[in-house]
Formats: sequence, C-alpha cells, structure tokens
Amino acid sequence: MSITNPTGRETTPVTDASSDGADRAHRPHRPEGRSLQGAALTVFRAIPGPLIGLVAVMVALSFMSPFFLTQQNLTNIVSQNSDIGIMAVGACLVILIGGIDLSVGSTLALSLMTSAWLFRQQGLPFTLCVVAGLLVGALVGLVNGVLSTYGRIQPFVATLATMSAGAGLALWLTDGNPINGFPGWYLALAGNKIAGIPLQAFILVGTYLLAAFWLRFRPSGRALYAVGGNAEVARLSGLNVTRIKIGVYMVAGVLAAVAGTIVGSRLDSAQPTAGTADLLNVIAVVVIGGASLSGGSGNMLNTFIGLMIIGVLNNGMSLLNVSPNLQPVVIGAAIIVAVLTDRGSRARILQS
Amino acid sequence: MVEHPTDEGLVCRGLVKTYSGVSVLKSVDFHVRPGTVVGLIGENGAGKSTLSSVITGVVQRDGGEMLLDGRPYEPGSPSEALHAGVVLIHQEIRLLPDLSVAENIYLGRLPSRGGRIDRSRMHRDAAEVLGLLGVDLDPRRPVRGLSMARQQEIEIAKALSRNPAYVIFDEPSASLGETETEHVLERIQNLRSLNTGVVYISHRLDEVLEVSDEIVCLRDGARVAHWPSGDVARTELVNAMVGREFTYEHVAPQPSRADTVLEVRGLSSRGKFTDIDFTVAAGEVLGIAGLVGAGRTEVVRAIAGVDRPDTGEVLVDGQRLRPGSPQCAIKAGVVMVPEDRKGQGLNLNRTAAENLALPWEKSLSKLGMVTRRTIARLAAEQRERLDIRGDMHLPVKSMSGGNQQKVLIGKWLVRDPRVLIVDEPTRGVDVGAKMAIYEIIRGLAAQGLAVIVVSSELEEVLGLSHRVVVLARGQQQGVLTREEATPQRVMELAFAGSGDGPLPSEQPSAPLLQSADATSGV
Repeated sequence: MSITNPTGRETTPVTDASSDGADRAHRPHRPEGRSLQGAALTVFRAIPGPLIGLVAVMVALSFMSPFFLTQQNLTNIVSQNSDIGIMAVGACLVILIGGIDLSVGSTLALSLMTSAWLFRQQGLPFTLCVVAGLLVGALVGLVNGVLSTYGRIQPFVATLATMSAGAGLALWLTDGNPINGFPGWYLALAGNKIAGIPLQAFILVGTYLLAAFWLRFRPSGRALYAVGGNAEVARLSGLNVTRIKIGVYMVAGVLAAVAGTIVGSRLDSAQPTAGTADLLNVIAVVVIGGASLSGGSGNMLNTFIGLMIIGVLNNGMSLLNVSPNLQPVVIGAAIIVAVLTDRGSRARILQS
Repeated sequence: MVEHPTDEGLVCRGLVKTYSGVSVLKSVDFHVRPGTVVGLIGENGAGKSTLSSVITGVVQRDGGEMLLDGRPYEPGSPSEALHAGVVLIHQEIRLLPDLSVAENIYLGRLPSRGGRIDRSRMHRDAAEVLGLLGVDLDPRRPVRGLSMARQQEIEIAKALSRNPAYVIFDEPSASLGETETEHVLERIQNLRSLNTGVVYISHRLDEVLEVSDEIVCLRDGARVAHWPSGDVARTELVNAMVGREFTYEHVAPQPSRADTVLEVRGLSSRGKFTDIDFTVAAGEVLGIAGLVGAGRTEVVRAIAGVDRPDTGEVLVDGQRLRPGSPQCAIKAGVVMVPEDRKGQGLNLNRTAAENLALPWEKSLSKLGMVTRRTIARLAAEQRERLDIRGDMHLPVKSMSGGNQQKVLIGKWLVRDPRVLIVDEPTRGVDVGAKMAIYEIIRGLAAQGLAVIVVSSELEEVLGLSHRVVVLARGQQQGVLTREEATPQRVMELAFAGSGDGPLPSEQPSAPLLQSADATSGV
C-alpha cells in the first residue's frame, strides 16, 4: 500500500486528551475472562437454527416409527426429494438477490417435454435432447432475468407470466399427452446406485456443494449477497447488477431443467404436468432454511437442512399413516415455526 | 426578559440514565422556560438524544425528577408526553407521501362528523396552523414532491397542531441546506413568540447561536457548560463540547501541483446541470459549493459514472471514461464516497470487512477464490490506516456514524485511486471524527490524489479546497481560487440566477421539482 496512514499523527492527541475517561463510554465493551462459557456460546451459535429443528424431528420420528431410522428409508428421503432439492438451490440463489422465481415448476415441465418431444417426434440423439432441455431452462431464466431487469417488471409478476406460459407450452407440445420409452442409460440415472447410494443423491449433494463453494469463495457468487443486501451499493461498488441478476435467473432455469431430467428418469415418462405442483414446496424449503425473502441472507447448508426437514416430515407422516390431505398442514406449521424461531435467535444474537 | 419563578417551565433535576451498565446521563439538570429557546449541544454520544428521549417519554429515566410547570411529570410513553404537551420532532422526516398535507398533520386524529371525516374542518384547521407558522402551503396537496424543508415545516405544523407547551427539535437541519435551514429557524422564532418552550439540538453551531436564548452543553452524559445568552464565541462552544482547546480554523492546505489528472468537459444532463467544465490536478482539492438543489451531487455522480450525462466527457489522464459505468470509472481510478451512506455507500447488515472488500473482490481472489483471511488482512490494514474504532467483523451498523464514514472512505482507498470524490463527507459525524476525516482528505491530496469535495457546509468546502467551483441552478457560476473564495463571494455566486428564469432545460421531472422548490427560496 503506497498511501500511509494520513491520520496517525493527528488523531493521537484526540485520544490522549480524552484520557480522563471521557472517551471510555464510546468504546465497545468486549466480554473478557469468560472464555469457557463464551466458547460454549460461540459453538452453540454456530449451529444453524434449522439443524436443531431437523434433529428434533428425526429423534421424535425414530421413536414413533421403527422403520424411520433405517439406511433404506434415509436414502429414500434424499433421493425422493432430489428434484425439489435441486430446484431449491436455484430458488435460494434467486431469493438471495431479492427476487423470486415462480416459474421453476413450469420450467421443469417445459424443458422435460422439449427433450422428450425432440427425441420421440424429431428423432434426435437423446444426449442432444437432454442438452436442448437444459438450454430451454436457461432460456426461460433469461426471459425472467431480462423482464425483471431491463423490463423493470417486478420478479413476482414477470415469473408469474412465464410460469403460466411455460405450463401452457409444455401441454401444447404433445397436446397434453405424456411421452414414454427412453434409453436404458437414462433410466439408470434415477435407479442406479453407487455404494448403495442412488446416483440422484450424488447429483443433489454435488449441486449443493458446488453452489455453496460459489457463494462462499468466488467473487461472482459472493456478489449475490451484495446485490440482495442493497443493489444500489453494489452498483456503485462497480458490480454489474443487471448481468448478475440475469445470470442468477438463468442458473435457476438450468437447475429446474436438471430437476426435470431426474423426474423423467424416475418416472420413465415425460409428463407435461410434472413439477407444476412443486413450486410451493421449493419456496418452503428455502424459507425453512432461513433465507429472507427480502434478499441478502441465506445459504446452501441451511437450504439443504430445510430440504431434509420437509423430506423427513413428509416421509414420517407417510410411515405413521397420517392422511395425505393433512400433510400440507404440518408443512405449513413447520414454516411458521421455522421463521419464528429464526427471528427469535437473530434478536438474541443482536442483543449480545 | 421578565423574571420567572424558578419552577415555571420544564424542569429536570439530576436525571440519570444507564444502558446495560453504562451511564449515558449522569445527574443532568435542565430547564426550559415558556417562550425561550434552549440550544443543546454536544458531540455524538454526549447524551443529547438520550436526554430528549427521557423528556419525551421514549425511554424511562433511572433517577432524578422532572417537573412540568411545578407538577411532577413522568411520561411513560411518547403519547403520554404528547398529552402533557411535550412534542419531539425527529431528525428524520416521517410523512406519508401520498396523503395530503392536512391528512399528515392530523394523522391518527382526523376530525370526524357523523362517522365520516370532516374534510372541510380538517383543511380549515390545517390552514390555520400553517398560517400561524407563516407557511404558505395548500393543505389539500399531497406531500410527495415537496422539498425536504417544506416537509420539515409540515412536521413542525403537525407538532404545533397539538398545541404543545414544549417542542424538542432533534437535529432538524441534518438533511437541509443553508437556506432551507433558515426557514426552519424562522419557524422556531414563531414558536417562541407563541410562548412555546423550545429545545434545539444541532451539530451546526451557527444555527444554535442564531436561534438560542440560552445554550447547554453536554459531554459524556454530564452537563459541562451553560451560557445564559446566545451571545457566545463559537470556539468557546467547541472547546466545551470536545473538552480541550481546539483550533477550529482549518489549516491552510499545501499548494497544488501542476499536472492535470481529471478533466471535465462540457458535461450536461437535461434538467440537472449544463456545461460543467473544470480540471483537477494531482494533489489538488477542488471544492464544489452551491445551495441544495444546485446540482452538486448530480455533477459528481455523472463524473463517477453513476448517472449517464447527456453530453460532455470526463477524462482521466487524458483517457475518456465510458459514461454511465461505475465499473469503468473505478477501473480508471475514479471513486466516489456518496452522500447517502446507508442507501448507497455501505450495506449496514454486512461486516465492515465485507464492505471494504466489495469493489475489489475480483482482484483480491487467488485461483478464483476470495478467502476470509485475505479480507481480514485487508480490514486490518484499513483499520490501522484510518484509525477506525470498532469490530471490523461485526455488521457495520454496530459502529458509530464517524467510524461508518471512515469504513466507507476506506472502501475506496483499498486500491490507490487517482481521483477521490467525497460528497458530504462529514454528514452526521461528531466533531472529533470530522477533524479526523479532514486530516484523511488532506493527507490523501498531499500524496498526489486529485480530490473533489462536495459539501453543504461552506466552511468545510472553503477550509479544505485549493479552488472552489460554485454552482447555481445547474450552472457553473465560476471557479474561485483559495484567495478569491471568501464566504461572501461564494454565496453571491451561489445565489446568482436563483429566483428568476427557468431551469437549464425546459421541464423538470419529479425529483427536480424538489430541487426547484429548494432553490427558489420557498
């Protein structure tokens, strides 16, 4: 650094002159000499709030059902929720920058139907069709991004429009009919296991790790917190806010398409209505994970825990024969509990 | 003045207030009589706001007693204080822009008749209150589009409509320019003539001197000085506030060097400013003076690439900057400390360290990764260099205004800039931090930076700058050297062209209405 401290000499007298105690009240008070208690508190605070909830639910369910805590059941929970989990990564990124993406479910359906339609009706090689599906996801994201930045349409409204249009196009492609009969290797995506763990669980966890790394270490990922926290500060700091926003919507679109690929493989069928019911679950995952819809806060670890809470609750209720009609009620309650406890713990941290 | 019995008015004796073990008020005595204005001064953290909060029932005292016209006065909440006739006017204006002036004045207690709002009575009453204050304003018009000074006047009218016996102003001028402040001060004179007791809290000593009948100074929660008249030398006030001898006069800056770093040629933006032309040399501090709404901030925003000007160009070392791109300006070494610290400068919920690193993350990354250690090292460097007090790894909002401002300045010094623009660099910071910031600015110029200072405080611009550009209604009125730039000369130019003639281009858009209002002398 070539500029040295310009204040050094000049400000010292200010501190000296006030050594009569005048300045003491301004200094932050740091607790000292309570290191053990302090350390325990720090560890306790470092535990993400949603994790405590997840452990509590899992402990309760393992007492209530003998089938819950088996390896088979736990891997099931992870793989059954891999599509929602992958979409939640995209949704979390969008929510981080202070946006919202209502079109995830429709994007899933549209990209899946595009892949299937190109394969069945146009006879293209299947790999190419999958790539085309991902491109469709990116395209929907691009439209969302451009509408909400250059078009200055609120993201809720912009993605509401693409949600409607995407769902319609998915139905229109095949007149509402499903498409079946895919290559064997594609079906293996959902069915195959490596070391007893389904391939789709690997894809799910890999997506989270990649996103977490991006958000934590890469300048472009870290920028999302700045954009979501205060877009004007970010812009004046030289970040290209428009490009970042559009990029995030495109990533969300591609991730929805990836989720579509998994759904198609799992069902061995491309349904034009696949994914359209997932939207609220996806947003619930992100919110239970503690992200704020006003942007700027949230992370991948907590989103993953949020996914597991929803997955475990649904799985547990099925094991306990709770009526499927009542299950959304419990999810609704979980959202409220998560948000209230999160707010409580935040207030405590601020106070200390 | 007539002799008053000692228990008349609002009397506080031995007030004590403690926040989590720290005494912020240590046995403070305070007395306001009806029909007088008491100026309350002190550095940030001296206890002024706490005192006003105790008096208006926002917080409860921990000791001492209060009497209102001889009777015990114990407000448990702001509304109890209101009922007793004690009103607080906040620093921040809190009006609802889409409601009318009258609705804002009577919000929460709209007069009604037969279950319906009695609009004619509301408008009549509002007009009467505004008339008492000498404010010429249609009570039916919405608040949106009115200048800050006008809005502050509505706040005063709102307070007055409750027929208060005592009004406490907590830095009403913080967001106002000099002429606008004049108007508020006149309103205070009106309140005094209505036999209201007024407490006036401000950082701007000239205002306090102008308006006060007596002045009280707090330091570290204790009353350290009291002057029974408003006729005091300002150095005496400053010395009492900081508790030591203080030379308030700015030190004469060093002469500037010859090589031009920044050149602004024919910069114009429709409805904001026209034909701005100047250069800044390495090591030079250029001041931009003018009334609020003269286009000062707009000009520097265009230079820093934040807004795109319509015509004209900005050159750094002879290279033309791409207009409207903060990225491009930052890359060329043109950085700006914006006037709105909270809205444009810092993300208050993130840590100081993260804020410092934000513009530079790409260049800080190794193998494409930014690590916590890199950021911590950077934060430690800036903390040391700018003498920032406070934890760099806590949210910036935990710091005092002065330290936040230092973080904001430090953010733009991480990579040595060529041109540093500071817009209102000492808004809302206390005297000590103010002096430190002046030293930082002088030090940076001495090291060869070209510096532009924009400020509403004339003294600040004149004290720091080698040359001063004066703007009035978006027009450059002249560039004065340090010798020419007397306060009289600058104000003369700043008022040139005000009051008559249209704006530089034909029609003002919405935000402009505000500045037009502000300059035309309301």
